[in-house]
Amino acid sequence: MMGRFFSLGRLLALLKKEVIQMRRDRITFAMMLGIPLIQLMLFGFAINSDPKGLPAALVAPTEDRFTRAIVSALELTGYYRFDYPHASAAEAEALITRGEVSFVVTIPSDFGRRVMRGDKPQILIEADATDPSVASGAISTLGTVAAEALLRETGAEAQAVEAAAAQMQVVVHRRYNPEGITQYNIVPGLLGVILQMTMVMMTAMALTREVERGTMENLLSMPATPVEIMLGKVLPYLGVGAVQVAVVLTASKLIFSVPFMGAMWLLLLGVFIFVSSLVILGYLISTASRTQMQAMQLTFFFFLPSLLLSGFMFPYRGMPGWAQALGEIFPLTHFLRLIRAVMLKGADYAGVAQPMAALTLFVILYAVLALLRFRRTLD
Amino acid sequence: MTEAAAIEVHDLVKRFGGRAVVDHVSLTVATGEIAGFLGPNGSGKTTTIRLMCGLLTPDEGAGRVLGHDIRTEGNAIKREVGYMTQRFSFYEDLTIAENLAFVAGLYRLPQSAVADTLADLGLTSRKGQLAGSLSGGWKQRLALAACIMHKPRLLMLDEPTAGVDPKARRDFWDEIHLRAAEGLTVLVSTHYMDEAERCHRINYISYGRLVAQGTVAEVVRDAGLTTVVLEGKGVSRAAESLRGQPGVEQIAPFGNTLHVVGKDGAALRASARKVADDTGVRLSEAETSLEDVFIQLMGEAKDNME
Repeated sequence: MMGRFFSLGRLLALLKKEVIQMRRDRITFAMMLGIPLIQLMLFGFAINSDPKGLPAALVAPTEDRFTRAIVSALELTGYYRFDYPHASAAEAEALITRGEVSFVVTIPSDFGRRVMRGDKPQILIEADATDPSVASGAISTLGTVAAEALLRETGAEAQAVEAAAAQMQVVVHRRYNPEGITQYNIVPGLLGVILQMTMVMMTAMALTREVERGTMENLLSMPATPVEIMLGKVLPYLGVGAVQVAVVLTASKLIFSVPFMGAMWLLLLGVFIFVSSLVILGYLISTASRTQMQAMQLTFFFFLPSLLLSGFMFPYRGMPGWAQALGEIFPLTHFLRLIRAVMLKGADYAGVAQPMAALTLFVILYAVLALLRFRRTLD
Repeated sequence: MTEAAAIEVHDLVKRFGGRAVVDHVSLTVATGEIAGFLGPNGSGKTTTIRLMCGLLTPDEGAGRVLGHDIRTEGNAIKREVGYMTQRFSFYEDLTIAENLAFVAGLYRLPQSAVADTLADLGLTSRKGQLAGSLSGGWKQRLALAACIMHKPRLLMLDEPTAGVDPKARRDFWDEIHLRAAEGLTVLVSTHYMDEAERCHRINYISYGRLVAQGTVAEVVRDAGLTTVVLEGKGVSRAAESLRGQPGVEQIAPFGNTLHVVGKDGAALRASARKVADDTGVRLSEAETSLEDVFIQLMGEAKDNME
């Protein structure tokens, strides 16, 4: 029965062997299950794209009620934490240079006088903008906060409200994540990143390990076809991927309370196609490298750009056009769109048809390339 | 030869990086024969074997193995040939039984074949042992078991006894002869001379070229070498004075004796006689051994290359 190109018996023999080997390699096996959980905990809690409570120094030679009003208003935003409330200008300069504070707030000695005179009072806020994302949130709230505080203090609040009402009103809805919780964005993305890392690397090692240990020569001298060998290598890792997915999804629900808006079956279908593309990509890398070391290097060569350009770490739409185009070649990019749409936005099938199609295309493309690259001889 | 030859290849050439590792090798092995494939390390034995079992594609030349074309019918060859690699190439993290079950699955044999093979080769008591923990002799037994389990018509063994103790080697060869008597054709590569002498015919390859073939007696006779033995207390002094003398091509000490070999018998005898008289050692004629022939062939092949 179709023994020439594909035989279930041969595939089962290959699968059984692979599973036994996987089970005996305790450390790798533990890593495949331990890494996702550890990474999820670590990054899920650690990464914050809207940092608060940043250290600040205050340079205020005269401490009058206006100064106090401004300072308490800034502290109330949650972005500033005045670790050095009585710094001199020189001290503050040293602190920000050393990176011990992210902000230096300077309120000049004539500040109170100018407020009273109705002159244009000025305060200076210096931000350490070496990392723009640290400074951005804190600075953006600044103007209105300081102005309001001052108005309150001078008793001009009532007039201000009137003036504001007369102006145009802008209504902002932060949809899908109204509180701006970073984890809602990071945790589903982490599922993609974790899967990509473990799945591609594990399968990339699979074939090169046979070559390195000398078992490849034997395998090739026996009647197993390329399709059988590929499936035999790839399917067990699909199983490992399924376990990782279960672990991460359960944890994101129970520990991070990430909303789960869309249909489960749609999410799982997307994950399945994504993982398939990853294991076959790993196998493709495996056919292109001679040693496990090379396979590892190739994996990382692929891993880093896909991490940076996929929209996991930095906003996809914020990248220049060519970088967005480059980002399209990574399965992770499409998977992130898919999982964020399904989990956070509750998208239906039509809503994710495009990333779903892209991922399917990757599966087919990688599989064809891998089968073409696979050599049945030792040439 | 009434039956078709099991192996019949001609003018095989395989180049790696421009260098011909196998250089116009032609080989015929009759069905039921144990053919020895000899040559020094790096002479192209392994590459030739891989060419014949479809693991490599020849750059030139053609031929048939068990009636299948080596260029186009690699799959058919793989099904009917048992190939034992030089390096142990089964899974060290699998037990003996698991390795055999894997092989049985790939050849689509019933799982009863595993038990039969285990019993047949005396591996049953160790079947649960991991292959990686086996000694050289047992690893080799496992490898042999795995490549005869599917009842191939031809066995290709690439230096099967490297790193195996003498007792295990003898058992191994007894096994091979037993199978050959049942009609199995065997091609075995080795560089042990005692093993070469257990083959029906030998083929000697050096620097990618086939330089001698025939039965052991034929190869020794065709080499046309004369060997004399010097024996006595002064052999080490005799060895020094023999160096460079006319007719002397090889000088090999064996304990208290000295084997002196050369192509020109008359010149060799004259030189040896003179040195024997000078140093007071005993001189006698001896049979040329296969080893002497091989060392001679190696030297000549090298000269041809340079």
